[in-house]
Amino acid sequence: MMLFVATLLSPLAGGLLLGWMNHSKLAARLNILTGVTTFVCSLLLALQVLADDHFDALGGWFHLDAYNVFLIVLTAFVGMTTTIFSAPYMQHELEHGRVDARRMRLYHSMFQLFQLGMLLGFTTNNIGVLWVSLELATLATVLLVSLYRTPASIAAAWKYFILCGMGIALALFGTVLIFFTSSSVLGHGNEALTWTLLLQHASELDPAVMTVAFCFLMVGYGTKVGLAPMHAWLPDAHGEGPTPVSAVLSGLLLNLALYALVRCKMLVDGATASELAGHMMMGFGMVSLLVAAFSLHQQRDIKRMFSFSSIEHMGLMTFAFGIGTQLASFAALLHMTVHSLVKSGIFFTVGHAAQAMGTQKMAQIRGLIRHHPGIGWGLLIGTAAIAGFPPFGVFTSEFLLFTAALHTHPWTCVVLLLGLLIAMAGLFRAVQPMVYGEVPEQAVPVQVNMLPVYIHFALALLLGLSIPVFLASWYDEAAALIISTSVEVTIL
Amino acid sequence: MTGSFTLQLVNGLAALMLLVSFALLAQHRILSVLHWFALQGVLLAATAGIVAWGTDNHELYISAIMTLLLKGALLPWLLWRAVMQLHVHREIEPLMNSTVTMLMALAVTLFSFHIVQPIEQMSALITRNSMAIATACMLLGMLMMITRKKAITQVVGFLAVENSLFFAAIGATNGMPLVVEIGVAFDVLIAALIFGLFFFQIRTTFDSLEVDAMQQSLREDDEA
Repeated sequence: MMLFVATLLSPLAGGLLLGWMNHSKLAARLNILTGVTTFVCSLLLALQVLADDHFDALGGWFHLDAYNVFLIVLTAFVGMTTTIFSAPYMQHELEHGRVDARRMRLYHSMFQLFQLGMLLGFTTNNIGVLWVSLELATLATVLLVSLYRTPASIAAAWKYFILCGMGIALALFGTVLIFFTSSSVLGHGNEALTWTLLLQHASELDPAVMTVAFCFLMVGYGTKVGLAPMHAWLPDAHGEGPTPVSAVLSGLLLNLALYALVRCKMLVDGATASELAGHMMMGFGMVSLLVAAFSLHQQRDIKRMFSFSSIEHMGLMTFAFGIGTQLASFAALLHMTVHSLVKSGIFFTVGHAAQAMGTQKMAQIRGLIRHHPGIGWGLLIGTAAIAGFPPFGVFTSEFLLFTAALHTHPWTCVVLLLGLLIAMAGLFRAVQPMVYGEVPEQAVPVQVNMLPVYIHFALALLLGLSIPVFLASWYDEAAALIISTSVEVTIL
Repeated sequence: MTGSFTLQLVNGLAALMLLVSFALLAQHRILSVLHWFALQGVLLAATAGIVAWGTDNHELYISAIMTLLLKGALLPWLLWRAVMQLHVHREIEPLMNSTVTMLMALAVTLFSFHIVQPIEQMSALITRNSMAIATACMLLGMLMMITRKKAITQVVGFLAVENSLFFAAIGATNGMPLVVEIGVAFDVLIAALIFGLFFFQIRTTFDSLEVDAMQQSLREDDEA
């Protein structure tokens, strides 16, 4: 219990403190300290959940099970490494006048507030509060995207704000609809939005209302996941914001939105006893994969290109959750983990590369390996990992996903394979000239901290070679939880 | 007796909500948009108050007062202050082909009555008609966001969508749990403050509040 409170309090306290701290180097250290504290608390919390199977805190307001506990640890971990990465990165931006001391304060404070929103969203047992925390995390990142105050960054933040605000409003409408039908079953109070109770009584919820609700939730949370065709905000927000923000947007925030969608899908499956929700997710997933794979090729900005790769992978995960079998859900959860690790690692590397070359335009980034071997190899390894080369974890999860798709919907494999191949070609076509070749004149030496990147890639490699037993059992348990409501349908 | 009387009142208010949504869509002076928006907030608070009285739900009184303060007074005032400080209160926003917009609004309203049919059939609550109107108001708010070119009117559209969601929550479910409502209100307040901040940033950076100018800068940045 204490641990749980500490996990949530640490980013809150850190965020409040950092809002008052003027000394930027000290603030960066405090930021790292907060990140480490949150991570340690979440790790200890996970050990407790591992021992007790599941965990309810503060009178059932918070619920931790196999599905969210590893996501909490993942969020805290990537949050921590991002704070470590951001210390030298933001110092460089400060020295080059892209931000001033006041905005550094805003940056640190909002970063921790974002972490708070994320952790609250993952732990809460109330789907209304889940919505509120997702909105909180979104608002915090809106301010982070516009941090540089350039015309493009303000435009990107506005677009992000309006589109996601709109999307998330639709999700709230879906939540209202769920409450509308559940309040006649569970009474007119907090119980009617409590997820564990809703799942128990899912079969008593009205199928017609739940179907309409899921349409709104799908489009609403889907906007936040970055699914095509609602993805227009994502590349702009990733491209124009500071790199640590792109890393957590891609690696963490998209996960929370997908997590929320899957939690709702479990309820809808239980109520409607049909595969409608799953089919919708599969459709959106496949369209996103294809759109992202083709759009990858047209990008000029390195961060925009990798943000399209995020859309591609979120599409894959949505597709996998849509199939909804044990194997597919297992693959989706594994893919969520490795994608977060690898993609945030890539964004760290890209951030350093952009600083070294003084630009984000891919045409002007050349000879990274010669200029700084750490950055060059980091980018190459990261791209290989995200493109799905063995022995990295992305390969394992994609392989499992294909196996699952072959069992249930064999024809989709053609689409998936096509999408993945096109995306891989796009990534390598762009990355090859950037890492090899001559160093351009404008290149400057930068202070680089590649340790977080290598830790991320090493973990992804480890997950590809052998998944630790406790993690595999968590995935299994979570996958069983996800399919428990729809399994009869799949067999019939 | 109170049941049918409350129902009539809520239905009347729902009709007014729809009227205000149409009015918002048709206004082209920024100040009158704000006036209609404030009226929508007051109507919302009145609905919450009446439903609270009709169902004897005390939590709902709190949210009625919260709504009156936040959506009837604070948000319109914040927007009004921003408009005054930016000296755009006299500006007239040309509407995109208003006949077509109104016809689309009509179609959207019919469509929302169609999609909520299965929901209305099962509702036993006193306020079942309002679901369709809430859905219509939400879609009309979105239509407003699409057809408007200025940042401020887009925000009013956004907040109108938020208002109609709240209306759906009171009208169809007699109000969400208080914790969720406070959370949502808190988020809306923060969002409004961020919007306010953005108005000034957009104005100083782009020298206008036209959304098209911003989109242009994104394209240029990508091509540069």
